[in-house]
Amino acid sequence: MTMEDQVKQFSERIVDATVHGKPLRLRGGGSKDWYGQPATGEVLDTRGYSGIIAYEPTELVMTARCGTPMREIEQALAAEGQMLAFEPPHFGDDATIGGMLASGLSGPRRASAGALRDFVLGTVLMDGRGEALRFGGQVMKNVAGYDVSRLLAGSMGMLGLVLEVSLKVLPKPVAEKTLRLELSQEEALLRLNQWAGQPLPLSASSWHGGTLTLRLSGAEAAVASAVRHIGGEVLDAGLAEHWWADLREQRHPLLDAVRLEGLPLWRLSLPSTTEVLGEFGQHNQLVEWGGAQRWIRGQFDAQTMRARAQALGGHATLFRGGDKAAGVFQPLAPAVHTIHRNLKQYFDPAGIFNRGRMYQDL
Amino acid sequence: MNAPTEATTLQQHQREAILAALHAVLPAECLLSEQEDTRPYECDGLTAYRQLPMAVALPQNEQQLIAVLKVCRELQVPIVPRGAGTGLSGGAMPIADGIVISTAKMSRIVALDPLARTARVQPGVRNLAISEAAAPHGLYYAPDPSSQIACTIGGNVAENAGGVHCLKYGLTVHNVMRVRMVSIEGEVIELGGAALDAPGLDLLAVFIGSEGMLGVVTEVTVRLIPKPPVAKVIMASFDNVVSGGDAVAAVIAAGIIPAGLEMMDKTSARMVEPFVRAGYDIDAEAILLCESDGLQEEVEEEVGRMSEVLFRAGANAIAVSQNEAERMRFWSGRKNAFPAAGRISPDYYCMDGTIPRKRVAEVLVGIAEMEKTYGLRCANVFHAGDGNLHPLILFDANAPGEFNRAEQFGEAILALCVAVGGTITGEHGVGIEKIDSMCEQFEVSEIAAFIGVKRAFVGAFLLNPNKAIPTLDRCAAYGKRQVRGGLFKFVKQVNA
Repeated sequence: MTMEDQVKQFSERIVDATVHGKPLRLRGGGSKDWYGQPATGEVLDTRGYSGIIAYEPTELVMTARCGTPMREIEQALAAEGQMLAFEPPHFGDDATIGGMLASGLSGPRRASAGALRDFVLGTVLMDGRGEALRFGGQVMKNVAGYDVSRLLAGSMGMLGLVLEVSLKVLPKPVAEKTLRLELSQEEALLRLNQWAGQPLPLSASSWHGGTLTLRLSGAEAAVASAVRHIGGEVLDAGLAEHWWADLREQRHPLLDAVRLEGLPLWRLSLPSTTEVLGEFGQHNQLVEWGGAQRWIRGQFDAQTMRARAQALGGHATLFRGGDKAAGVFQPLAPAVHTIHRNLKQYFDPAGIFNRGRMYQDL
Repeated sequence: MNAPTEATTLQQHQREAILAALHAVLPAECLLSEQEDTRPYECDGLTAYRQLPMAVALPQNEQQLIAVLKVCRELQVPIVPRGAGTGLSGGAMPIADGIVISTAKMSRIVALDPLARTARVQPGVRNLAISEAAAPHGLYYAPDPSSQIACTIGGNVAENAGGVHCLKYGLTVHNVMRVRMVSIEGEVIELGGAALDAPGLDLLAVFIGSEGMLGVVTEVTVRLIPKPPVAKVIMASFDNVVSGGDAVAAVIAAGIIPAGLEMMDKTSARMVEPFVRAGYDIDAEAILLCESDGLQEEVEEEVGRMSEVLFRAGANAIAVSQNEAERMRFWSGRKNAFPAAGRISPDYYCMDGTIPRKRVAEVLVGIAEMEKTYGLRCANVFHAGDGNLHPLILFDANAPGEFNRAEQFGEAILALCVAVGGTITGEHGVGIEKIDSMCEQFEVSEIAAFIGVKRAFVGAFLLNPNKAIPTLDRCAAYGKRQVRGGLFKFVKQVNA
């Protein structure tokens, strides 16, 4: 089937679903089936619409179809010495760029390089009417019309099928070093925030069990100078690469709690200076993003978790496992929820796309 | 000038009723309605478009703002929100039967947390004032539009303002964490937050750059970043624009993201040099300014690599700033391009298209052709790193027909930008100025989607109506395609 025919087929299928009010479950490789509220509806497999449409390293832009495997994207970038700077997790070999965009997840580099949404330049969205709408573009700066493309990053497919996405890409850093320091969580949080306020080439951090692991990326001279400034033990390059890949893919034993121990994993997104959350047990915690992302393993009451996160200025997600009946994502303020409902109503009038995947009533 | 002034349609008693209602909710010094007082608000930086508003409200706090919005909602008075009025697309141009809400009296830095590297500020705080307040902590607010001395953060949020350092440090959308705003319904809504993300859809990204149509900002939390201790700029001359454009690509291909990467054509260099004496080579066809910032040793390393790449790409002369004064001098020409245009021409019209960088030579050649077609000169300055072109069309508004020709010239440039795969506005916004060009860039179904997004946020279209997003009727009149074609329209705009 040609790509044109594939789009036509998607369109017919979506129109049919809209006309008959049949929910569709948008799915790429299924590597993140476990994320969000349970999915319902007939699967619409995006993998037939695959391939990199345009990639010009000197423009720093790549455009790909939704079903393109992440490994293909990253291989093409690596061949040109470039990368997706937000370091998206794949959660499986079959991960596609469409799923990456819909789930909106960013990896270890997020605190310093920015999130997925920061790198989205343009999209083509097929709405509930089966029409392809082009938002943004393939250029770095574009303020014509509302920035619907960034809105789609992390939208869990609730607004429609993202057919194509254009992303800003960046050169890989020339030099990279990983440091290990033995520090309490309290001390680590303080230092991480202090370092982030200094011109240091920090690119990732994680703390667990009294050990802070730090990654520095940039010009040779800048990395060397930061190593001297911060101190600690320099990790072997190969080991370091594995460490950050494991962290990103949640192969770290704490993050893999669902598989290893049958325990749910909570993600708390908080101001980076938030105090140590002693009540959840420090051995249950892994801190990333300079203190702004706290992973907590264990059975905790959803209400308590959410109230605490909110009081601290952030929010809590039941990231993996656990009882999804309590809601996976933090409930929205009523006025914000209304905007969500209105957007859903416009783009997906029959409510067919990934019904209930983000919030049960959307 | 050629102000498209509209006449009031309100009766005297209706105006009086609206003013009385506003007086009841605002202190006397916070409401202007005499022409001599409202005159300064008749236009923004796009001075060719002028309109006196019925009144100007300057609320001092969120409660007063909510009360003003309530009056406007009940009496169906259109509102134009305004920061410092430095915008270049007429986004803050008033409406004859409407009011302007100025955020000038909400100009307090509420909190600055050096450890968390955030500042919570009211909308009327000036862009540069944030960096000044953060400076003692070695921090600053990165987006630096040319108007940063005057422009406010509220306006920056409305326009998604950029600057000369966005390739490396991002636009407003990359540097704002949270916006607190009041909807036309008077509801206080928080988007984003103090953490790095918020639950649900990324409404903050939609709100930023929405040109004051979705709500009035009352507070903004911005991200502050460490000030690089050292910055150096390379000034390189090229004897044709093609090799200048190729040099930009070569720098990126070498894996370097410069802190700033600007290009000026010969007309621009010759225009600014007598004005600022920056030391530009006025015989060069293109001048590149390429900046590196960071730690001392990092900058040395990067400047070395950049210089090598630029020479290899055909630069015939290179100068590296040796100190801060020299760096400022090299930049002064670029930063003063607009006033310099004002010095050599009675009027100028600044365009803002963005194009894929590789098409730059072609677009510059196209613009040179248009100079002949429209009988007007054009100087080009270019945020080369991110493909954002600012052609300055020079004209004399008092010469019959020149303003119209300048406008047509501008529209033709934007059409060319769209044709090469770019956009009609990189950072100045659509406003009133490029409203027809929106119909050039977007299909009717896409314009309809923007209207759908707007409706999702607001019930009543009283906030900055007739700006940024054209009505479907307007696009139909512009001569573009049919109205949204039901469920079975074939999707031809997809790359297949």
